[in-house]
Amino acid sequence: MPKDSGIGASSKRREDIRFLTGDGNYTDDINIHGQAYVHFLRSDVAHGTLNSVNTDAAAAMDGVVKIFTGTDFEAVGSIPCGWQVTDKHGEVMQEPRHPVLAHGKVRHVGEPIAAVVADTPEQARDAAEAIEVDISELPAVIDMKEAVRDGAPKVHDDLTGNLCYDWGFVEENKGAVDAAFEKAAHVTTLELVNNRLVANPMEPRVAVGDFARSTGDYTLYTTSQNPHVIRLLMGAFVLGIPEHKLRVVAPDVGGGFGTKIFHYQEEAFVTFAAKACNRPVKWTSSRSEAFMSDAHGRDHVTKIELALDADNNFTALRTDTYANMGAYLSTFAPSVPTWLHGTLMAGNYKTPLIYVNVKAVFTNTVPVDAYRGAGRPEATYQLERLVDKAAHELGVDPIKLRRQNFVTEFPYATPVAVEYDTGDYIATMDKLEEMADVAGFAARRQESEAKGRLRGFGVNCYIEACGIAPSNLVGQLGARAGLYESATVRVNATGGLVVMTGSHSHGQGHETSFAQVVAEMIGIDESMVEIVHGDTDRVPMGMGTYGSRSLAVGGSAMVRATEKIIAKARKIASHLLEASETDVELKDGAFTVAGTDKSVAWGDVTLAAYVPHNYPLEEIEPGLEETAFYDPANFTYPSGAYACEVELDPETGQVTVERFFAADDFGNIVNPMIVTGQVHGGLAQGIGQALMENCTYDADGQLLSASYMDYAMPRASDLPFYDVDHSCQTPCTHNPLGVKGCGEAGAIGSPPAVVNAVLDAMRSGGKDVSHIDMPVSPHRVWEAMNS
Amino acid sequence: MTQVKMTVNGKTASGHVEGRTLLVQFLREDLGLTGTHVGCDTSQCGACVVHVNGQAVKACSMLAVEADGADVATIEGQAAADGTLNTIQQAFQDHHGLQCGFCTPGMVMSAAALLKDNPKPTVAEVRHYLDGNICRCTGYHNIVKAIMAASGQDIGAIAAE
Amino acid sequence: MYNFDVERPKTVADAVNALATDEAQPMSGGQTLIPTLKARLAMPSVLVSLSGIDEMKGVRKGDDGRLCIGGGTTHATVAAEAAADFPGLAGLAARIGDPAVRNRGTIGGSVANNDPSACYPAAVLATGATVVTNNREIAADDYFQGMFATALEEGEIVTEVKFPIPQASHYEKHIQPASRFPLVAVFVAKFADGVRVAVTGASENGVFRWTEAEAALGGAFNSDTVKGLTVDAADMISDLHGSGAYRAHLVGVMTRRAVDAING
Repeated sequence: MPKDSGIGASSKRREDIRFLTGDGNYTDDINIHGQAYVHFLRSDVAHGTLNSVNTDAAAAMDGVVKIFTGTDFEAVGSIPCGWQVTDKHGEVMQEPRHPVLAHGKVRHVGEPIAAVVADTPEQARDAAEAIEVDISELPAVIDMKEAVRDGAPKVHDDLTGNLCYDWGFVEENKGAVDAAFEKAAHVTTLELVNNRLVANPMEPRVAVGDFARSTGDYTLYTTSQNPHVIRLLMGAFVLGIPEHKLRVVAPDVGGGFGTKIFHYQEEAFVTFAAKACNRPVKWTSSRSEAFMSDAHGRDHVTKIELALDADNNFTALRTDTYANMGAYLSTFAPSVPTWLHGTLMAGNYKTPLIYVNVKAVFTNTVPVDAYRGAGRPEATYQLERLVDKAAHELGVDPIKLRRQNFVTEFPYATPVAVEYDTGDYIATMDKLEEMADVAGFAARRQESEAKGRLRGFGVNCYIEACGIAPSNLVGQLGARAGLYESATVRVNATGGLVVMTGSHSHGQGHETSFAQVVAEMIGIDESMVEIVHGDTDRVPMGMGTYGSRSLAVGGSAMVRATEKIIAKARKIASHLLEASETDVELKDGAFTVAGTDKSVAWGDVTLAAYVPHNYPLEEIEPGLEETAFYDPANFTYPSGAYACEVELDPETGQVTVERFFAADDFGNIVNPMIVTGQVHGGLAQGIGQALMENCTYDADGQLLSASYMDYAMPRASDLPFYDVDHSCQTPCTHNPLGVKGCGEAGAIGSPPAVVNAVLDAMRSGGKDVSHIDMPVSPHRVWEAMNS
Repeated sequence: MTQVKMTVNGKTASGHVEGRTLLVQFLREDLGLTGTHVGCDTSQCGACVVHVNGQAVKACSMLAVEADGADVATIEGQAAADGTLNTIQQAFQDHHGLQCGFCTPGMVMSAAALLKDNPKPTVAEVRHYLDGNICRCTGYHNIVKAIMAASGQDIGAIAAE
Repeated sequence: MYNFDVERPKTVADAVNALATDEAQPMSGGQTLIPTLKARLAMPSVLVSLSGIDEMKGVRKGDDGRLCIGGGTTHATVAAEAAADFPGLAGLAARIGDPAVRNRGTIGGSVANNDPSACYPAAVLATGATVVTNNREIAADDYFQGMFATALEEGEIVTEVKFPIPQASHYEKHIQPASRFPLVAVFVAKFADGVRVAVTGASENGVFRWTEAEAALGGAFNSDTVKGLTVDAADMISDLHGSGAYRAHLVGVMTRRAVDAING
């Protein structure tokens, strides 16, 4: 029987009520009395010398409060990068200055050059049009391989070329890997592109800055996944505001998918300008602005090779990737193609020798950073496409080849520096084959062929690493932050709890699922637990939500804090019950003396904590409030097996996903409904990447896919129902809930299955194409079918 | 500035607007009805869908002056006065048809318009009707399921949760 | 948007007068124009809204058997009210944009704008319809003059479109996946005295008649007769969504599918 509350129950989401009635509180819904509005004048050229910015005429226009240019920010810090990668020669990466407003040069279309603060948004935009900007256009570098050629135009004149770093992992293994390739019975090689994407949360970014002159306190309201990180980065590195004078609030946030992790210039600007103008300053991004100012995702060009022995065992893997950084280093950009990508290259397989090379490259494009999956989709895509290709070259069944090479014993230390704690890849593959009715495929293919369509079936496996940790390790790897999480549990006198979590919910439903955990631990109704997040004034220093870390890390901190609460409450209860602490147990919201009918209700214990008349004051303090910081011992390693069935119209090249199956292992599950919803959303983004989405620049650096008119967002009619299962559960061994991350799996695990299915369909139509790049658009399919 | 007067969620609302003021701006900024959202500037995403004289329209692609005299319904007027969710809203909660909630008002308003015209739509009809509403969180599975459930049809064949 | 005044005339005559103002611009449903204004790509001083002109609304059967549709009639209304008399046109209208856009966008606005990827121009040209304005009638073959270019004079309003009703017709569309506009779409109209085929979305010169296909289908109305025919890829639009060669190929595919749909 499914539970109806607590851990394992599909509790309905409490946050839905406000979202369904128009009562959400998103950042753009916040208006502060007297606020002014900023419009950013953005570069319309990809690369140029900024000769002059004349604001005289604009400054005289109606409603203009103040106009800012790059010179106003010369004394202000650079937008910081939060991760420093060390290259294969032991040198640290090249790290350019990233100004709030362009100074000296513009380096991508959309880079802000000037900012007009005015009484209304339209007045700000009117005045921005009157600013005279003199730019001498320079040749742009867009293609990564061109960018690292000798003599290529330099994105940053003060750096040595456009190479940010040349990373080798594990460098010491390179010789052994190369030697294994020399001895291989078979080598499969694949060159592919992981297409550039735009995250496109439906809520565009918004920032409102406020400054109280009487106290010197700043407040920033912003669409962020991690308000404390913004407070630290912006306060300490950009504006020099101590954290106790800076409050950052991220209220209801309309989706993030990674792109709202990062600290952006606009946040620093409105905070700075609120003081400079002595007025609150608001910025609301238009969607068009979002396309040229939100950090983009993916954009890797890769060559990958697999060595196999005569028995089809994987003996070595090596991969060379060019990873686009864009014009500047966004907050976590350097970590994505390295520590979030290279460490995953073993996948689900016991390949003994692996070498990963990544060249990160500056180009005249929008900065590129983490997007749902962040490095792991890129790793999974190349590996799972490669294994499929190997199977076809060898004439073996792709599922069988995968099964033969699965890791089967845990814990498993990979040759790329991580240790998988648990997993059961055979179980998820068994489940997948059962769900997908592989045996019935031939009949379904016949039905499609009768309609003049080709049908294809593709599978892939995936492994991901979530909840990146521990802090001392990531520090060695270059992180400039800790990756713990915090929680404060405050129990009120009448027994209700408020949990203040450093995790941030922007669609994940933490207000519901986190409450389920605490309610279960105490044995009280979920409605007695309130979850607070997103406000640095209310929540202890936390690291926010990304990388599928919230329940595994934030939830663990909450569990630890609740354990402290229970321990103290037990002391109080044992005093009230006049029993030994060791005899007192907590069950169903009451403390009971074991083996007796003596008990005291949760609410009586909490009341005693705040009205400590009959209370062991000599032993413990009054009150019931505890904080915990949890720093995980390891990542969690969700895994799974996915299958896709497509129909392909050979005349138009149109591909339709008919069926999609996901068999995941997320360890223990708190709210199955929410977990399934997370997978659905990830699948849509993965299928979107595979078939539709593509962020495209022309050779001059103009963004061609700059709105929903040209960037194809998947719609309801583009997607199928998904069949999702998470009954295979190998609990994580090192966090108290035994949970793994689930937020990114769908986006990580789906693109290779789609592409593998398309190639299978094409083969059934007599066209044996070894690879097709994403997005597998009708045009590309048609070209491949007719090549 | 032009005076406009309209009925919004059954109540008279009026204000002074510029020619260029969009209906969505009037609703959000003048009336404080911030449930109607703006997610794009090319009339694609549908986060701003409201009903004008009973028809679904994109409030970002209609001038406020053109709604002068009209009967406008927004997400804020969908639940009962005591806060009870209507059938569609309740189905969205029951079937987890929303995550971040940003596209949700437009989805609910589009679904209401669909079911008014077509009380028992097929799955394909629901999906096509939502062509002008983009959701980035749910992959649409649970939105379609919620609308089918709200129409009173059997959703047993649609995958669980 | 730049600011502008809005006029809301109730009659065509008042609208024409209002459009005599310097930098005045008509707006019908606004589903293309408002996003254009948001991007500040147009700067009218006065926007003359045609949405309040009742005499420009409605679908009626003319005495000569033609289906007459007021310029201010929305796509949703055409989809519903043309279904009995001219299902091919109703089917086209029912798949323009999305439901909310169809409740505002109008046939007159679409035909006046003549976006190279708009749906209606294909039906207008394929049926040899007549575009009626406030002061004249223009044959479809004379009306469309290239991308966004028409025979309309400054201040002239499309008040009605009169469609000869074909014996059978079908509109086949392959969408551009982002905008959902046609990448290539073809309207095939079969009349007693011949067949007309119009193509939208594909050409650098906007909507066009595929006369070779018309001639072939006039001889034998089945999709095999057009199988060997091609349009010149060099004349087709080439962009990030598809090359000229791909569009040229799709012109053939969409035409054949439209013919097959008619033949059942």
